Parts: sequence; C-alpha cells; structure tokens
Amino acid sequence: MKIVVCIKQVPDTKGGVKFNPDGTLDRAAMLAIMNPDDKAGLEAALQIKDATGAEVTVLTMGLPKADDVLREAMAMGADNAILVTDRVLGGADTWATSTTIAGALRNIDYDLIITGRQAIDGDTAQVGPQIAEHLGIPVISYAEDIKVEGDSVIVKRQYEDRYHMIKAKMPCLVTALSELNTPRYMTPGGIFDAYDEKEVTVWGRADLKDVDDSDLGLKGSPTKIAKASDKVRKGAGEKVALDPTESVTYIMDKLKEKHVI
Amino acid sequence: MDFGLDKKHEMARTLFREFAETEVKPRAQEVDETEEFPADTVAKMAKSGFLGIPVPKEYGGQGCDPLTYVMCVEELSKVCATTGVIVSAHTSLCIDPIMTYGTEEQKQKYVKALATGEKLGAFALTEPGAGTDAQGAQTKAVLDGEEWVLNGSKCFITNGKVADVYIVIAITSITEDKKGRKKKNFSAFIVEKGAPGFSFGTKEKKMGIRGSSTYELIFEDCRIPKDALLGPEGKGFPIAMHTLDGGRIGIAAQALGIAEGALDRAIAYTKERKQFGRSIAAQQNTQFKLADMAARIEAAQLLVYKAAKAKETQKVYSVEAAKAKLFAAETAMAVTTEVVQLFGGYGYIREYDVERMMRDAKITEIYEGTSEVQRMVISGALLK
Repeated sequence: MKIVVCIKQVPDTKGGVKFNPDGTLDRAAMLAIMNPDDKAGLEAALQIKDATGAEVTVLTMGLPKADDVLREAMAMGADNAILVTDRVLGGADTWATSTTIAGALRNIDYDLIITGRQAIDGDTAQVGPQIAEHLGIPVISYAEDIKVEGDSVIVKRQYEDRYHMIKAKMPCLVTALSELNTPRYMTPGGIFDAYDEKEVTVWGRADLKDVDDSDLGLKGSPTKIAKASDKVRKGAGEKVALDPTESVTYIMDKLKEKHVI
Repeated sequence: MDFGLDKKHEMARTLFREFAETEVKPRAQEVDETEEFPADTVAKMAKSGFLGIPVPKEYGGQGCDPLTYVMCVEELSKVCATTGVIVSAHTSLCIDPIMTYGTEEQKQKYVKALATGEKLGAFALTEPGAGTDAQGAQTKAVLDGEEWVLNGSKCFITNGKVADVYIVIAITSITEDKKGRKKKNFSAFIVEKGAPGFSFGTKEKKMGIRGSSTYELIFEDCRIPKDALLGPEGKGFPIAMHTLDGGRIGIAAQALGIAEGALDRAIAYTKERKQFGRSIAAQQNTQFKLADMAARIEAAQLLVYKAAKAKETQKVYSVEAAKAKLFAAETAMAVTTEVVQLFGGYGYIREYDVERMMRDAKITEIYEGTSEVQRMVISGALLK
C-alpha cells in the first residue's frame, strides 16, 4: 500500500502573528513548523505503516527551505520526500496550489492521500478537497479516525454535534484534524538518516503532469487578498453574579443600551 | 575550524528541547519533591530512542555521534537534572564500557536491550571507603568453577535500584611488586539484577537530583557466570577510568544544561520583576551578571562539545573530558548561585525552579570525579 501525505511548512502562530509593513505575513520573523493538521495526517499514515508496512511519501510545495519539514517527516518515519518548488509557482492561492500538487501526484502511485484539514497560516481548508477534485477521486474531510480495511478506508468524520462513519474505496483522499492523534517524536537516528541516508526529490514546473500554466502561481490564482490583519483581541468582558430573573433583565437592558434589540 | 552546528544536529536539538519542554519540565518539580524515579519519562525516552543515541544501529542504537548524545543530556538537564543523569549514567557508564570492552556475545546480549531502553544500566565503582581513592575498594570476586563469587558493597550508585544491568568493579587478585608492595588487581563484571546474593541497601536521601535512584548495592556470595567478566581479567581499573572519562563528558553536559536552564529563567524573571519602579533587568548590576553568566556558559559549552568531538575522534580523551567537567560543573554552581541571588527571596522558595537547580548543580562538582580529581588529571598531563 502506498500513502502520500501532503504537508506544508507554516509560520508558528502560537506566539502571535507578525506582519510586514505592506500587510503580508512576515514569515522570516516567525518560526517555521510543520502544519499541525498535516502532522496529525502524517502520524495517521505512519500508524498505518506500522500496522501494514505501507510506504509513506511526503510531498510539499514551497520554497527550497521547506526541505526542513520534509526531513522532519522522514525523521519521524516517512520513506520518501518530494519538494515541488519553482519560481513560477510562487504566489499561489488554493486553486493554483491544488492544481500544482495534483500535477505532481499524477506522477506517483498512491492508494491513499492524506492532507491536513487546513493550514494555520491561511485556514481555508480548500486545498485537500480541491486536489481530490482535480484527480477525480473521493474525498472524506475532517477525519478524527482513519482505519484501513482491505481496499477501503473507514473514516470517522467530525461534525460539531455528531460524527459520521464513512467507508470509501481507495484510491481516495482524507483530510486530517489535529485531534486525530498525538504525533510521535522524531528519533535521533531518524534525523541522522534523514540527512545522511535519504534524499529529497525536487520537482519543478516541468515535472507537473497535465496542468496549464494559466492555472499556476500568482497569475493562476483567482483569489486576490486586499488586506490581512491579526485577530483583534477581545476585552476581558464583564462578570456579574445575579439570580436568573435579574440576569434576564440585566442582559435585556444591556442589549437595548447597545441597540442590538 | 567551524563552531556552528550542522542541520542534523540543529534538528536533534529541536527534538530534545521539544521533548524536554513537553514531557520532562512539567514533572520536574514533582520528581524533586517526591524523590520518585520518573519511570514514565524514562519509558517515553526509550520509545524515542534517547537511551541508545551513540550506539550503532546493529546493536539497537540510534547510530548518532557523541555530540548528539551530549546535546540530549544538556537539553534534558535544562529542565530536570535528574532526567539528565539517568540518561548519562545509563549510556556512558553502562553501555559504553560494554561496547568498548565487551565480547560480541556480551554486546548482543546486553547492548541491544540497553540501547532500546528495554533495560536500564548502572555502574558500580565507589565504595564507602573508596571514593576519589578508587584503589581503596574492598569488593572481591573469586572464581569458583564456572562462576565468579562477589562479596562486598558499593555505594552512591546512580540508577541503583531501577537498573537491570550493572558494571561492577571488584578485586580479583593481589600481587606484590618488586619492592614487596601489595597491589590490588581489579576486574570489571556485568552483573544482572536478580543474581543470587545481589541485593540493595539503603536509598540515599540527597540534596539534589532527588528523583535519581541512588542506592547501596550489596553482594553476599553473589554468584555470576564466568563469562560475566568484562574485558581482560585484571584490567578493571583502566576500564573503570576510561569509562569515567566518557561519563565525565555526560556530567559536563548535565552541568551545562543546569547552567543554561538557570540563565533562561533569570532572563525571564528579571524582565518581569519590578523594584524601584522598573524591571530589575534594567539595572546595570543585573545586566552585568547576565552577561558574565552568558559568556561563561558559552565557554563551558565549547569545552563540552570539544570533549564530545574528542571522544568521537580520539582513543584517549581524559584531559578534554576533565576540562569540560571541571569548567561546566563550576559554571553550573556559580550560575545557579547567582541566579538564586537575582531572584532574591523567591529564589529561596521551592516553588521556583532555580532553588532546585542550585541544589542539583552541586553534585556535578562531586560525582564521576570531583573538581579536585579533574584538576589532578589536567595538571598531571601538563607536568608529565
């Protein structure tokens, strides 16, 4: 069985987001990490590998320095790594990104593709399902559990108030939630192997199969970002201790005061 | 000459730091307070390969270099010196002598289980009457048919009760030199927990590294197989001394980690703590102290890393190890004492990590060769 996990190097937003004066993300000022949902997807793939001996390939599109997250994935246990990088692919939105990744995936054999639900730098949750659409395979999103049974996957799909158990025949694509598992640590020996024994395969535009230049990079991106900004921090709020009747009156008065009702 | 780390060592540091912050730090105060051996953390370290870092892959290890191992002890000790010494004693004092002096059968039998963390290792040289003067040891081993019979006791043994495999140094013969002076000939043995006649004495109540299991080992007609002899008979003393050279690099890394951890906390605290209307970090007294500590710590780190490199590339590295341990240990003690001072009253309260760090630092000047022994080793080489 062959599994491809799509991962993304993202700025660590835990310590807050930093912006350039022009409103774009100041990526250089933030630590680059493997996107948490993708890391959970990789762990799910590695658990399937532990159980069945599946071959796990990680793939990313990004700058040459995204090599770091591919090595990290191999240090966790992935067998192969592919970096898709090319100047003409820069500035891609979700459409151009998914087109690019699908173009790369057409070169590889796979039974299962796992992507993270969404990346913490864009939060769109669009790339995974779009890749499946480009490749013409089923997609199951928001996986909180993934099992392989014969030639099918059984996925527990999360909703706000319930979950669905969905069985799909492979090949298919699953998008993973970070709640799926706790990713394993790299091992020291895995790190040495990732740098000394293993190679990262580097592909450019010429290696993408069945894609149009008009669907790639900035010019192939229909999304136009007018402005990006950090979340506005809410105030501490107000706490009052009242009995239920008084509470209702208090809230109603407040809502009227603010012209909500 | 290159002082930078390459990418794989940088990534290894990231791994050790993340593990230490997530798995070790939250337990550090509790481990100190309860004096309980952190078996859960050790199990997690085993799973992540931390118990066999410099061991070749064919013996179940990670196939990394001594520098990577040293960085692991350093990062663990930044948050918990107990955890640092567990890894150091296991790796440097038990696995290393078996890898260096063991037969292929001994390596297959013991190193594989030790490097994967299935088993834990310890080393027993010190005796109640023989510390720095290791030649004063009394424990004896006598060959009786197909078995060695051990009698005596060892004290202050790290990983004492929790280990499964022990390297034990014992007298196997006494000879006279030409002038008629008696000379003890020591040999090294691999003793497994559960060997008949092998038991544990008192658990030591210590000033620091309180989660580390420090016990007395008692051998009463303890019978072990003939092939438990490690290295040639009569070569136990040089084996012990060479083993300690490696061990000292591990302890130097532990001391370095303690100092770095204390400085990290001092930087954070002095920026927050306000006196006379401004943070104490804004006072020049604090700034100069932080600067002195940072410079000293970096010097210690260079000595420790240099010693790790010497272990990789040289057969003998006694002087490099002695310099690293001497300087790192005294740095740990000086830095933690200064950091407690910067914390003022809060530094003396157990709730704050720096109080524990100061207590933990002291042992690095004592075990695996006191600072005085390190000075003897260094000056001995200078005046040779």
